[in-house]
Amino acid sequence: MLALDIKGLKKTYKNGFEALNGIDLQVKQGDFFGLLGPNGAGKSTTIGIITSLVTKTGGTVSVFEHDIDKSLSEAKRCIGLVPQEFNFNLFEKAIDIVVSQAGYYGVPRKKAQERAEYYLQKLGLWDKRNERSRFLSGGMKRRLMIARALAHDPKLLILDEPTAGVDIELRRSLWGVLEEINQQGTTIILTTHYLEEAESLCRNIAIIDNGDIIQNTSTKALLAELDSETFVFDIDPVAVYYPKLDGVQHRYVNDHTLEVDVRREDDLNQLFVQFSANDIHVKSMRNKANRLEELFVRLVGQPVPGVKVGGEHV
Amino acid sequence: MFNRYNWIAAGSIYRKEVVRFMRIWVQTLVPPAITMSLYFVVFGSLIGKRIGDMGGFNYMDYIVPGLIMMSVITNSYANVASSFFSSKFQRHVEELLVAPVPNGFILMAYVAGGVTRGILVGLLVTVVSLFFTDMEIHHLGIIVLVVVLTAILFSLGGMINAIFAKKFDDISIIPTFVLTPLTYLGGVFYSINLIPEFWQKVSLANPILYMINAFRYGFLGISDIDVVTALGLIGGFIVLLTGFNLYLLNKGIGLRS
Ligand SMILES: Nc1ncnc2c1ncn2[C@@H]1O[C@H](COP(=O)(O)OP(=O)(O)OP(=O)(O)O)[C@@H](O)[C@H]1O
Ligand SMILES: [Mg+2]
Repeated sequence: MLALDIKGLKKTYKNGFEALNGIDLQVKQGDFFGLLGPNGAGKSTTIGIITSLVTKTGGTVSVFEHDIDKSLSEAKRCIGLVPQEFNFNLFEKAIDIVVSQAGYYGVPRKKAQERAEYYLQKLGLWDKRNERSRFLSGGMKRRLMIARALAHDPKLLILDEPTAGVDIELRRSLWGVLEEINQQGTTIILTTHYLEEAESLCRNIAIIDNGDIIQNTSTKALLAELDSETFVFDIDPVAVYYPKLDGVQHRYVNDHTLEVDVRREDDLNQLFVQFSANDIHVKSMRNKANRLEELFVRLVGQPVPGVKVGGEHV
Repeated sequence: MFNRYNWIAAGSIYRKEVVRFMRIWVQTLVPPAITMSLYFVVFGSLIGKRIGDMGGFNYMDYIVPGLIMMSVITNSYANVASSFFSSKFQRHVEELLVAPVPNGFILMAYVAGGVTRGILVGLLVTVVSLFFTDMEIHHLGIIVLVVVLTAILFSLGGMINAIFAKKFDDISIIPTFVLTPLTYLGGVFYSINLIPEFWQKVSLANPILYMINAFRYGFLGISDIDVVTALGLIGGFIVLLTGFNLYLLNKGIGLRS
Protein backbone atom coordinates (compact mmCIF):
# COMPACT_ATOMS: atom_id res chain seq x y z
CA MET A 1 0.00 0.00 0.00
CA LEU A 2 1.13 3.54 -0.64
CA ALA A 3 1.44 5.74 2.40
CA LEU A 4 1.47 8.73 0.12
CA ASP A 5 0.41 9.09 -3.48
CA ILE A 6 0.79 12.48 -5.10
CA LYS A 7 -0.15 13.09 -8.72
CA GLY A 8 0.32 16.25 -10.74
CA LEU A 9 0.46 18.44 -7.66
CA LYS A 10 0.51 22.15 -8.43
CA LYS A 11 0.67 25.18 -6.25
CA THR A 12 0.51 28.80 -7.27
CA TYR A 13 0.57 31.16 -4.29
CA LYS A 14 -1.75 34.16 -4.17
CA ASN A 15 1.05 36.47 -5.25
CA GLY A 16 1.31 34.44 -8.47
CA PHE A 17 4.44 32.52 -7.50
CA GLU A 18 4.47 28.97 -8.84
CA ALA A 19 5.95 26.85 -6.09
CA LEU A 20 5.07 23.41 -7.51
CA ASN A 21 4.78 22.66 -11.21
CA GLY A 22 2.86 19.39 -11.08
CA ILE A 23 4.89 16.90 -9.10
CA ASP A 24 4.37 13.14 -8.76
CA LEU A 25 5.55 11.36 -5.66
CA GLN A 26 4.88 7.93 -4.21
CA VAL A 27 5.96 6.71 -0.81
CA LYS A 28 5.41 3.09 0.17
CA GLN A 29 4.08 2.05 3.53
CA GLY A 30 6.93 1.45 5.96
CA ASP A 31 9.42 3.48 3.96
CA PHE A 32 11.89 5.98 5.35
CA PHE A 33 11.75 8.63 2.66
CA GLY A 34 13.87 11.73 2.20
CA LEU A 35 12.61 14.81 0.40
CA LEU A 36 15.63 16.94 -0.38
CA GLY A 37 16.14 20.19 -2.19
CA PRO A 38 17.69 23.61 -1.83
CA ASN A 39 16.01 26.48 0.01
CA GLY A 40 12.76 27.50 -1.64
CA ALA A 41 12.52 24.31 -3.70
CA GLY A 42 8.98 23.56 -2.58
CA LYS A 43 9.47 20.97 0.18
CA SER A 44 7.45 22.75 2.84
CA THR A 45 4.81 23.67 0.29
CA THR A 46 4.40 19.99 -0.56
CA ILE A 47 4.19 19.04 3.09
CA GLY A 48 1.78 21.91 3.73
CA ILE A 49 -0.58 20.58 1.09
CA ILE A 50 -0.41 17.00 2.39
CA THR A 51 -1.30 18.24 5.87
CA SER A 52 -3.93 20.70 4.60
CA LEU A 53 -2.17 23.82 5.88
CA VAL A 54 -1.75 24.98 2.29
CA THR A 55 -4.41 24.69 -0.41
CA LYS A 56 -3.38 23.10 -3.68
CA THR A 57 -4.00 24.58 -7.09
CA GLY A 58 -4.10 21.26 -8.94
CA GLY A 59 -3.44 17.54 -8.73
CA THR A 60 -4.38 14.89 -6.20
CA VAL A 61 -2.99 13.71 -2.87
CA SER A 62 -3.90 10.45 -1.16
CA VAL A 63 -2.69 9.36 2.25
CA PHE A 64 -3.10 5.63 2.82
CA GLU A 65 -5.62 5.68 -0.01
CA HIS A 66 -7.68 8.47 1.52
CA ASP A 67 -7.98 11.24 -1.04
CA ILE A 68 -7.66 14.58 0.76
CA ASP A 69 -10.44 16.03 -1.39
CA LYS A 70 -12.88 13.29 -0.53
CA SER A 71 -11.97 11.97 2.90
CA LEU A 72 -9.81 14.61 4.50
CA SER A 73 -10.52 13.58 8.10
CA GLU A 74 -9.41 10.00 7.48
CA ALA A 75 -6.28 11.25 5.73
CA LYS A 76 -5.48 13.67 8.54
CA ARG A 77 -5.91 10.95 11.14
CA CYS A 78 -3.04 8.99 9.53
CA ILE A 79 -0.55 11.87 9.66
CA GLY A 80 1.66 13.31 12.36
CA LEU A 81 3.40 16.55 11.41
CA VAL A 82 6.60 18.10 12.72
CA PRO A 83 6.60 21.50 11.00
CA GLN A 84 9.70 23.40 10.00
CA GLU A 85 9.01 26.35 12.29
CA PHE A 86 8.04 26.28 15.93
CA ASN A 87 4.33 26.73 16.29
CA PHE A 88 3.61 26.31 19.96
CA ASN A 89 1.47 28.30 22.23
CA LEU A 90 4.36 29.95 24.05
CA PHE A 91 2.49 30.08 27.33
CA GLU A 92 1.46 26.46 27.43
CA LYS A 93 3.29 23.75 29.32
CA ALA A 94 5.11 21.07 27.37
CA ILE A 95 2.91 18.29 28.66
CA ASP A 96 -0.31 20.18 27.98
CA ILE A 97 0.77 20.78 24.41
CA VAL A 98 1.17 17.06 23.80
CA VAL A 99 -1.98 16.04 25.68
CA SER A 100 -4.13 18.64 23.89
CA GLN A 101 -2.82 17.60 20.50
CA ALA A 102 -3.77 13.97 21.17
CA GLY A 103 -7.16 15.26 22.24
CA TYR A 104 -7.67 17.01 18.89
CA TYR A 105 -7.29 13.61 17.28
CA GLY A 106 -9.94 12.16 19.56
CA VAL A 107 -7.63 10.36 21.99
CA PRO A 108 -9.41 10.23 25.38
CA ARG A 109 -7.71 12.29 28.03
CA LYS A 110 -6.36 9.49 30.19
CA LYS A 111 -4.89 7.71 27.21
CA ALA A 112 -3.51 11.02 25.93
CA GLN A 113 -1.72 11.56 29.21
CA GLU A 114 -0.15 8.10 29.03
CA ARG A 115 1.00 8.72 25.47
CA ALA A 116 2.39 12.12 26.40
CA GLU A 117 4.38 10.60 29.23
CA TYR A 118 5.67 7.81 26.99
CA TYR A 119 6.87 10.13 24.23
CA LEU A 120 8.20 12.87 26.50
CA GLN A 121 10.23 10.19 28.29
CA LYS A 122 11.44 8.77 25.01
CA LEU A 123 12.56 12.18 23.80
CA GLY A 124 14.18 13.11 27.08
CA LEU A 125 11.75 15.88 27.94
CA TRP A 126 9.95 14.39 30.89
CA ASP A 127 11.87 16.58 33.34
CA LYS A 128 10.75 19.62 31.39
CA ARG A 129 7.11 18.63 31.17
CA ASN A 130 5.89 21.49 33.33
CA GLU A 131 8.01 24.11 31.61
CA ARG A 132 6.21 26.63 29.43
CA SER A 133 7.25 26.06 25.85
CA ARG A 134 8.90 29.45 25.46
CA PHE A 135 11.42 28.54 28.17
CA LEU A 136 12.63 25.47 26.29
CA SER A 137 15.85 25.54 24.29
CA GLY A 138 15.76 25.20 20.51
CA GLY A 139 16.69 21.53 20.62
CA MET A 140 14.06 20.85 23.26
CA LYS A 141 11.42 22.59 21.18
CA ARG A 142 12.31 20.36 18.21
CA ARG A 143 11.91 17.30 20.40
CA LEU A 144 8.64 18.60 21.78
CA MET A 145 7.33 18.98 18.24
CA ILE A 146 8.21 15.35 17.59
CA ALA A 147 6.47 14.20 20.77
CA ARG A 148 3.43 16.25 19.81
CA ALA A 149 3.34 14.74 16.32
CA LEU A 150 3.47 11.22 17.73
CA ALA A 151 0.83 11.72 20.39
CA HIS A 152 -1.94 10.11 18.33
CA ASP A 153 0.27 7.28 17.00
CA PRO A 154 0.18 8.30 13.33
CA LYS A 155 0.85 5.81 10.55
CA LEU A 156 2.78 8.44 8.60
CA LEU A 157 5.18 10.80 10.34
CA ILE A 158 6.24 13.83 8.31
CA LEU A 159 9.20 15.83 9.59
CA ASP A 160 10.16 19.12 7.99
CA GLU A 161 13.78 19.68 8.97
CA PRO A 162 13.51 18.07 12.40
CA THR A 163 17.17 18.46 13.22
CA ALA A 164 17.75 22.06 12.12
CA GLY A 165 19.80 23.78 14.78
CA VAL A 166 20.24 20.62 16.81
CA ASP A 167 23.70 19.68 18.10
CA ILE A 168 25.45 16.58 16.80
CA GLU A 169 24.94 14.44 19.85
CA LEU A 170 21.25 15.18 20.03
CA ARG A 171 20.88 14.77 16.28
CA ARG A 172 22.28 11.28 16.48
CA SER A 173 20.01 10.38 19.35
CA LEU A 174 17.03 11.70 17.36
CA TRP A 175 18.09 9.52 14.44
CA GLY A 176 17.95 6.57 16.80
CA VAL A 177 14.44 7.50 17.89
CA LEU A 178 13.27 7.92 14.30
CA GLU A 179 14.80 4.64 13.21
CA GLU A 180 13.10 2.86 16.07
CA ILE A 181 9.74 4.40 15.18
CA ASN A 182 10.23 3.41 11.56
CA GLN A 183 11.13 -0.14 12.54
CA GLN A 184 7.90 -0.36 14.48
CA GLY A 185 6.07 0.22 11.21
CA THR A 186 5.56 3.98 10.98
CA THR A 187 6.24 5.40 7.54
CA ILE A 188 8.53 8.42 7.76
CA ILE A 189 9.02 11.29 5.35
CA LEU A 190 11.74 13.72 6.23
CA THR A 191 13.26 16.84 4.75
CA THR A 192 16.70 17.91 5.73
CA HIS A 193 19.64 19.97 4.62
CA TYR A 194 22.03 17.59 6.36
CA LEU A 195 22.72 15.12 3.62
CA GLU A 196 24.60 12.87 5.96
CA GLU A 197 21.29 12.52 7.77
CA ALA A 198 19.43 11.57 4.60
CA GLU A 199 22.18 9.15 3.63
CA SER A 200 22.16 7.32 6.90
CA LEU A 201 18.39 7.28 7.51
CA CYS A 202 16.51 7.27 4.22
CA ARG A 203 15.99 4.24 2.03
CA ASN A 204 14.52 6.30 -0.78
CA ILE A 205 15.14 9.87 -1.77
CA ALA A 206 13.47 12.43 -4.01
CA ILE A 207 15.19 15.65 -4.91
CA ILE A 208 13.02 18.63 -5.65
CA ASP A 209 14.28 21.82 -7.25
CA ASN A 210 12.30 24.86 -8.34
CA GLY A 211 9.02 23.04 -7.95
CA ASP A 212 10.02 19.96 -9.96
CA ILE A 213 11.15 16.52 -8.85
CA ILE A 214 14.50 16.02 -10.52
CA GLN A 215 15.46 12.69 -8.91
CA ASN A 216 13.41 9.99 -7.27
CA THR A 217 15.12 6.73 -6.49
CA SER A 218 16.67 4.63 -3.77
CA THR A 219 19.51 6.08 -1.76
CA LYS A 220 21.75 3.27 -2.97
CA ALA A 221 21.00 3.89 -6.63
CA LEU A 222 21.50 7.57 -6.13
CA LEU A 223 24.90 7.12 -4.54
CA ALA A 224 25.87 4.69 -7.30
CA GLU A 225 25.48 7.55 -9.74
CA LEU A 226 28.34 9.26 -8.06
CA ASP A 227 31.23 8.22 -10.28
CA SER A 228 33.95 10.10 -8.50
CA GLU A 229 34.72 11.51 -5.11
CA THR A 230 37.03 14.28 -4.12
CA PHE A 231 39.54 13.55 -1.39
CA VAL A 232 41.44 16.21 0.49
CA PHE A 233 44.96 15.35 1.61
CA ASP A 234 46.77 17.30 4.27
CA ILE A 235 50.43 17.01 3.39
CA ASP A 236 53.78 18.23 4.61
CA PRO A 237 54.40 21.58 2.93
CA VAL A 238 55.85 21.02 -0.51
CA ALA A 239 59.10 22.92 -0.90
CA VAL A 240 59.95 24.29 -4.31
CA TYR A 241 57.68 22.82 -6.90
CA TYR A 242 54.28 21.20 -6.90
CA PRO A 243 54.70 17.59 -8.04
CA LYS A 244 52.35 16.58 -10.84
CA LEU A 245 50.43 13.33 -10.49
CA ASP A 246 49.62 11.10 -13.45
CA GLY A 247 46.18 10.00 -14.48
CA VAL A 248 44.09 11.85 -11.88
CA GLN A 249 42.49 15.28 -11.70
CA HIS A 250 44.12 17.12 -8.86
CA ARG A 251 44.91 20.59 -7.59
CA TYR A 252 46.92 22.14 -4.81
CA VAL A 253 44.77 24.37 -2.63
CA ASN A 254 47.93 25.66 -0.97
CA ASP A 255 51.36 24.28 -0.21
CA HIS A 256 50.03 21.83 2.35
CA THR A 257 46.60 20.87 0.95
CA LEU A 258 46.01 18.71 -2.09
CA GLU A 259 42.66 17.79 -3.62
CA VAL A 260 42.32 14.71 -5.81
CA ASP A 261 39.25 13.57 -7.75
CA VAL A 262 39.22 9.80 -7.47
CA ARG A 263 37.03 7.96 -9.98
CA ARG A 264 35.38 4.73 -9.02
CA GLU A 265 37.75 2.69 -11.19
CA ASP A 266 40.86 4.38 -9.82
CA ASP A 267 43.09 2.49 -7.46
CA LEU A 268 43.85 4.39 -4.28
CA ASN A 269 47.01 2.31 -3.78
CA GLN A 270 48.29 3.58 -7.10
CA LEU A 271 47.77 7.09 -5.86
CA PHE A 272 49.81 6.47 -2.73
CA VAL A 273 52.57 4.95 -4.80
CA GLN A 274 52.70 8.21 -6.74
CA PHE A 275 52.75 10.19 -3.49
CA SER A 276 55.76 8.24 -2.30
CA ALA A 277 57.52 8.58 -5.63
CA ASN A 278 57.03 12.34 -5.52
CA ASP A 279 58.03 12.64 -1.91
CA ILE A 280 54.60 13.80 -0.84
CA HIS A 281 53.95 12.97 2.82
CA VAL A 282 50.28 12.58 3.66
CA LYS A 283 49.43 13.50 7.25
CA SER A 284 45.69 12.92 6.99
CA MET A 285 42.96 12.58 4.43
CA ARG A 286 39.19 13.12 4.27
CA ASN A 287 36.29 13.36 1.88
CA LYS A 288 35.85 16.88 0.61
CA ALA A 289 32.13 16.49 1.07
CA ASN A 290 29.70 13.85 2.14
CA ARG A 291 28.99 11.67 -0.90
CA LEU A 292 25.35 12.59 -1.16
CA GLU A 293 26.29 16.19 -0.74
CA GLU A 294 28.63 16.00 -3.66
CA LEU A 295 25.93 14.47 -5.82
CA PHE A 296 23.46 17.06 -4.66
CA VAL A 297 25.73 19.89 -5.65
CA ARG A 298 26.06 18.43 -9.12
CA LEU A 299 22.33 17.88 -9.55
CA VAL A 300 21.14 21.14 -8.16
CA GLY A 301 24.14 23.14 -9.15
CA GLN A 302 24.72 24.84 -5.86
CA PRO A 303 26.03 23.87 -2.48
CA VAL A 304 23.51 23.13 0.19
CA PRO A 305 23.08 26.16 2.38
CA GLY A 306 23.73 25.63 6.01
CA VAL A 307 26.03 22.70 5.43
CA LYS A 308 29.66 23.04 6.27
CA VAL A 309 31.57 21.60 3.41
CA GLY A 310 34.03 18.99 4.54
CA GLY A 311 32.86 15.67 5.72
CA GLU A 312 33.96 12.72 7.70
CA HIS A 313 37.55 11.76 8.34
CA VAL A 314 38.46 8.40 6.97
CA MET B 1 -20.16 14.12 12.36
CA PHE B 2 -21.43 12.89 15.68
CA ASN B 3 -18.65 10.49 16.45
CA ARG B 4 -16.94 10.42 19.80
CA TYR B 5 -13.64 11.73 18.42
CA ASN B 6 -15.14 15.10 17.59
CA TRP B 7 -16.51 15.57 21.07
CA ILE B 8 -13.18 14.65 22.64
CA ALA B 9 -11.49 17.15 20.33
CA ALA B 10 -13.99 19.90 21.15
CA GLY B 11 -13.56 19.08 24.84
CA SER B 12 -9.79 19.49 24.56
CA ILE B 13 -10.13 22.87 22.88
CA TYR B 14 -12.69 24.03 25.41
CA ARG B 15 -10.51 22.93 28.30
CA LYS B 16 -7.56 24.81 26.82
CA GLU B 17 -9.71 27.92 26.45
CA VAL B 18 -10.81 27.86 30.08
CA VAL B 19 -7.30 27.16 31.31
CA ARG B 20 -6.11 30.13 29.27
CA PHE B 21 -8.39 32.77 30.73
CA MET B 22 -8.10 31.34 34.22
CA ARG B 23 -4.31 31.48 34.02
CA ILE B 24 -4.45 35.17 33.18
CA TRP B 25 -7.33 35.93 35.55
CA VAL B 26 -5.74 39.23 36.53
CA GLN B 27 -6.27 40.40 32.96
CA THR B 28 -9.54 38.63 32.27
CA LEU B 29 -11.61 38.48 35.44
CA VAL B 30 -10.46 41.28 37.72
CA PRO B 31 -10.67 44.35 35.42
CA PRO B 32 -14.39 44.01 34.64
CA ALA B 33 -15.16 43.59 38.35
CA ILE B 34 -13.23 46.77 39.14
CA THR B 35 -14.69 48.81 36.28
CA MET B 36 -18.21 47.78 37.15
CA SER B 37 -17.68 48.59 40.84
CA LEU B 38 -16.68 52.08 39.75
CA TYR B 39 -19.84 52.39 37.68
CA PHE B 40 -21.87 51.30 40.67
CA VAL B 41 -20.17 53.79 42.97
CA VAL B 42 -20.18 56.77 40.61
CA PHE B 43 -23.38 56.40 38.64
CA GLY B 44 -25.39 54.34 41.05
CA SER B 45 -24.55 55.67 44.49
CA LEU B 46 -23.24 59.20 43.91
CA ILE B 47 -24.97 60.57 40.82
CA GLY B 48 -27.85 58.12 40.91
CA LYS B 49 -29.28 59.68 44.06
CA ARG B 50 -29.76 62.96 42.20
CA ILE B 51 -31.22 61.32 39.11
CA GLY B 52 -34.02 59.78 41.07
CA ASP B 53 -36.20 57.09 39.49
CA MET B 54 -35.87 55.50 36.07
CA GLY B 55 -38.69 53.37 34.74
CA GLY B 56 -40.20 53.30 38.20
CA PHE B 57 -37.09 51.95 39.90
CA ASN B 58 -34.29 53.70 41.69
CA TYR B 59 -31.43 54.44 39.34
CA MET B 60 -29.01 51.93 40.81
CA ASP B 61 -31.44 49.07 40.36
CA TYR B 62 -32.15 50.24 36.84
CA ILE B 63 -28.56 50.22 35.63
CA VAL B 64 -27.35 47.02 37.31
CA PRO B 65 -28.77 44.61 34.67
CA GLY B 66 -27.37 46.73 31.84
CA LEU B 67 -23.93 46.81 33.42
CA ILE B 68 -23.90 43.07 33.96
CA MET B 69 -24.89 42.59 30.35
CA MET B 70 -22.21 45.02 29.22
CA SER B 71 -19.51 42.97 30.91
CA VAL B 72 -20.88 39.73 29.50
CA ILE B 73 -20.82 41.19 25.98
CA THR B 74 -17.33 42.64 26.24
CA ASN B 75 -15.79 39.57 27.83
CA SER B 76 -17.26 36.88 25.66
CA TYR B 77 -16.27 38.85 22.58
CA ALA B 78 -12.77 39.61 23.83
CA ASN B 79 -12.11 36.05 24.90
CA VAL B 80 -12.70 34.47 21.54
CA ALA B 81 -11.22 37.36 19.56
CA SER B 82 -7.94 37.44 21.45
CA SER B 83 -7.55 33.72 21.98
CA PHE B 84 -8.24 32.73 18.40
CA PHE B 85 -6.24 35.60 16.99
CA SER B 86 -3.22 34.81 19.11
CA SER B 87 -3.46 31.18 18.02
CA LYS B 88 -3.14 32.47 14.47
CA PHE B 89 -0.40 34.88 15.43
CA GLN B 90 1.69 32.29 17.28
CA ARG B 91 0.65 29.75 14.64
CA HIS B 92 -0.52 27.10 17.06
CA VAL B 93 -3.84 27.21 15.23
CA GLU B 94 -1.95 24.80 12.94
CA GLU B 95 -2.28 22.20 15.69
CA LEU B 96 -6.02 22.33 15.02
CA LEU B 97 -5.82 22.66 11.27
CA VAL B 98 -3.80 19.48 10.80
CA ALA B 99 -6.07 17.50 13.11
CA PRO B 100 -9.32 15.91 11.95
CA VAL B 101 -11.59 18.24 13.94
CA PRO B 102 -14.58 19.50 11.92
CA ASN B 103 -14.81 23.27 11.79
CA GLY B 104 -18.20 23.19 13.49
CA PHE B 105 -16.62 21.61 16.54
CA ILE B 106 -13.74 24.08 16.60
CA LEU B 107 -16.26 26.91 16.47
CA MET B 108 -18.42 25.34 19.15
CA ALA B 109 -15.48 24.89 21.52
CA TYR B 110 -14.22 28.46 21.11
CA VAL B 111 -17.74 29.83 21.56
CA ALA B 112 -18.21 27.70 24.67
CA GLY B 113 -14.97 29.19 26.02
CA GLY B 114 -16.21 32.72 25.35
CA VAL B 115 -19.58 31.99 26.93
CA THR B 116 -17.91 30.56 30.01
CA ARG B 117 -15.78 33.64 30.53
CA GLY B 118 -18.67 35.99 29.74
CA ILE B 119 -20.94 34.32 32.26
CA LEU B 120 -18.24 33.99 34.87
CA VAL B 121 -17.55 37.71 34.66
CA GLY B 122 -21.29 38.38 34.67
CA LEU B 123 -21.61 36.42 37.92
CA LEU B 124 -18.68 38.26 39.42
CA VAL B 125 -20.22 41.63 38.56
CA THR B 126 -23.53 40.43 39.94
CA VAL B 127 -21.88 39.53 43.22
CA VAL B 128 -20.21 42.97 43.35
CA SER B 129 -23.55 44.66 42.64
CA LEU B 130 -25.02 42.97 45.71
CA PHE B 131 -22.89 45.30 47.83
CA PHE B 132 -24.77 48.24 46.35
CA THR B 133 -28.29 47.00 45.89
CA ASP B 134 -30.67 44.19 46.69
CA MET B 135 -31.18 42.17 43.56
CA GLU B 136 -34.74 41.59 42.46
CA ILE B 137 -35.48 38.65 40.25
CA HIS B 138 -38.64 38.83 38.19
CA HIS B 139 -38.06 35.88 35.88
CA LEU B 140 -34.96 33.75 36.31
CA GLY B 141 -35.57 31.74 33.13
CA ILE B 142 -35.46 34.89 30.99
CA ILE B 143 -32.30 36.08 32.71
CA VAL B 144 -30.46 32.83 32.04
CA LEU B 145 -31.76 32.49 28.49
CA VAL B 146 -30.86 36.05 27.51
CA VAL B 147 -27.43 35.98 29.06
CA VAL B 148 -26.48 32.65 27.48
CA LEU B 149 -27.76 33.62 24.02
CA THR B 150 -26.05 37.00 24.18
CA ALA B 151 -22.78 35.45 25.24
CA ILE B 152 -23.04 32.97 22.35
CA LEU B 153 -23.77 35.76 19.90
CA PHE B 154 -20.82 37.90 20.92
CA SER B 155 -18.46 34.94 21.07
CA LEU B 156 -19.42 34.27 17.46
CA GLY B 157 -18.73 37.93 16.70
CA GLY B 158 -15.32 37.71 18.35
CA MET B 159 -14.49 34.70 16.21
CA ILE B 160 -15.28 36.54 12.98
CA ASN B 161 -13.14 39.43 14.16
CA ALA B 162 -10.24 37.06 14.91
CA ILE B 163 -10.53 35.33 11.55
CA PHE B 164 -10.19 38.60 9.68
CA ALA B 165 -7.63 40.18 12.01
CA LYS B 166 -4.08 40.48 10.71
CA LYS B 167 -2.55 42.32 13.66
CA PHE B 168 -3.40 42.85 17.31
CA ASP B 169 -4.90 46.28 16.62
CA ASP B 170 -7.53 44.63 14.47
CA ILE B 171 -9.11 42.90 17.43
CA SER B 172 -9.56 46.10 19.40
CA ILE B 173 -11.04 48.21 16.61
CA ILE B 174 -14.51 46.64 16.62
CA PRO B 175 -14.86 46.66 20.43
CA THR B 176 -13.76 50.29 20.60
CA PHE B 177 -15.59 51.74 17.65
CA VAL B 178 -18.66 49.54 17.44
CA LEU B 179 -19.41 47.54 20.57
CA THR B 180 -18.76 50.19 23.20
CA PRO B 181 -20.83 52.93 21.51
CA LEU B 182 -23.69 50.53 20.78
CA THR B 183 -23.66 49.35 24.38
CA TYR B 184 -23.66 52.88 25.84
CA LEU B 185 -26.44 53.90 23.48
CA GLY B 186 -28.24 50.60 24.02
CA GLY B 187 -30.11 51.67 27.09
CA VAL B 188 -27.72 50.62 29.82
CA PHE B 189 -28.06 53.98 31.54
CA TYR B 190 -31.45 55.24 30.39
CA SER B 191 -34.83 54.25 29.12
CA ILE B 192 -35.27 55.21 25.47
CA ASN B 193 -38.63 56.69 26.42
CA LEU B 194 -36.65 59.65 27.73
CA ILE B 195 -35.17 60.60 24.39
CA PRO B 196 -36.83 62.32 21.40
CA GLU B 197 -38.98 60.10 19.24
CA PHE B 198 -36.63 60.25 16.27
CA TRP B 199 -33.75 58.95 18.35
CA GLN B 200 -36.00 56.31 19.86
CA LYS B 201 -36.58 54.98 16.33
CA VAL B 202 -32.87 55.09 15.59
CA SER B 203 -32.16 53.25 18.82
CA LEU B 204 -34.40 50.41 17.68
CA ALA B 205 -31.81 49.61 15.01
CA ASN B 206 -29.32 48.84 17.78
CA PRO B 207 -29.42 45.10 18.53
CA ILE B 208 -27.79 45.58 21.91
CA LEU B 209 -30.82 47.59 23.05
CA TYR B 210 -32.92 44.45 22.70
CA MET B 211 -30.56 42.30 24.71
CA ILE B 212 -30.20 44.76 27.55
CA ASN B 213 -33.92 45.37 27.78
CA ALA B 214 -34.76 41.68 27.66
CA PHE B 215 -32.19 41.05 30.36
CA ARG B 216 -33.50 43.90 32.49
CA TYR B 217 -36.98 42.47 32.09
CA GLY B 218 -35.77 39.29 33.77
CA PHE B 219 -34.77 41.31 36.82
CA LEU B 220 -37.25 44.16 37.04
CA GLY B 221 -40.14 43.06 34.86
CA ILE B 222 -39.90 46.21 32.72
CA SER B 223 -38.64 46.61 29.18
CA ASP B 224 -38.71 49.25 26.46
CA ILE B 225 -39.29 46.58 23.86
CA ASP B 226 -41.05 43.25 23.51
CA VAL B 227 -39.06 40.43 25.10
CA VAL B 228 -40.11 37.79 22.59
CA THR B 229 -39.01 40.03 19.72
CA ALA B 230 -35.69 40.48 21.47
CA LEU B 231 -35.16 36.73 21.88
CA GLY B 232 -36.12 36.14 18.25
CA LEU B 233 -33.65 38.79 17.15
CA ILE B 234 -30.78 37.34 19.17
CA GLY B 235 -31.60 33.86 17.87
CA GLY B 236 -31.67 35.13 14.30
CA PHE B 237 -28.30 36.81 14.65
CA ILE B 238 -26.83 33.65 16.17
CA VAL B 239 -27.93 31.60 13.17
CA LEU B 240 -26.55 34.22 10.81
CA LEU B 241 -23.15 34.56 12.47
CA THR B 242 -22.77 30.80 12.91
CA GLY B 243 -23.33 30.36 9.20
CA PHE B 244 -20.87 33.11 8.35
CA ASN B 245 -18.23 31.68 10.69
CA LEU B 246 -18.55 28.21 9.20
CA TYR B 247 -18.28 29.67 5.73
CA LEU B 248 -15.07 31.50 6.66
CA LEU B 249 -13.55 28.49 8.42
CA ASN B 250 -14.41 26.12 5.59
CA LYS B 251 -12.89 28.52 3.09
CA GLY B 252 -9.82 28.76 5.32
CA ILE B 253 -9.93 32.57 5.20
CA GLY B 254 -6.93 33.94 7.07
CA LEU B 255 -5.88 30.41 7.99
CA ARG B 256 -4.61 28.56 4.93
CA SER B 257 -2.29 29.94 2.28
N1 LIG C 1 2.74 32.02 1.53
C1 LIG C 1 3.53 32.16 0.46
N2 LIG C 1 3.28 33.10 -0.47
C2 LIG C 1 4.05 33.23 -1.55
N3 LIG C 1 5.13 32.47 -1.81
C3 LIG C 1 5.44 31.51 -0.92
C4 LIG C 1 4.67 31.31 0.25
N4 LIG C 1 5.23 30.30 0.94
C5 LIG C 1 6.28 29.89 0.23
N5 LIG C 1 6.43 30.62 -0.90
C6 LIG C 1 7.45 30.46 -1.93
O1 LIG C 1 7.37 29.15 -2.46
C7 LIG C 1 8.67 28.63 -2.69
C8 LIG C 1 8.81 27.30 -2.01
O2 LIG C 1 8.81 27.51 -0.60
P1 LIG C 1 8.94 26.30 0.41
O3 LIG C 1 8.72 26.86 1.76
O4 LIG C 1 8.06 25.20 -0.03
O5 LIG C 1 10.46 25.90 0.21
P2 LIG C 1 11.33 24.81 0.96
O6 LIG C 1 11.74 23.81 -0.06
O7 LIG C 1 10.61 24.29 2.14
O8 LIG C 1 12.59 25.67 1.40
P3 LIG C 1 13.45 25.64 2.76
O9 LIG C 1 14.44 24.56 2.59
O10 LIG C 1 14.10 26.96 2.76
O11 LIG C 1 12.53 25.43 3.89
C9 LIG C 1 9.65 29.69 -2.21
O12 LIG C 1 10.13 30.39 -3.32
C10 LIG C 1 8.84 30.58 -1.33
O13 LIG C 1 9.29 31.91 -1.40
MG1 LIG D 1 10.87 24.40 4.09
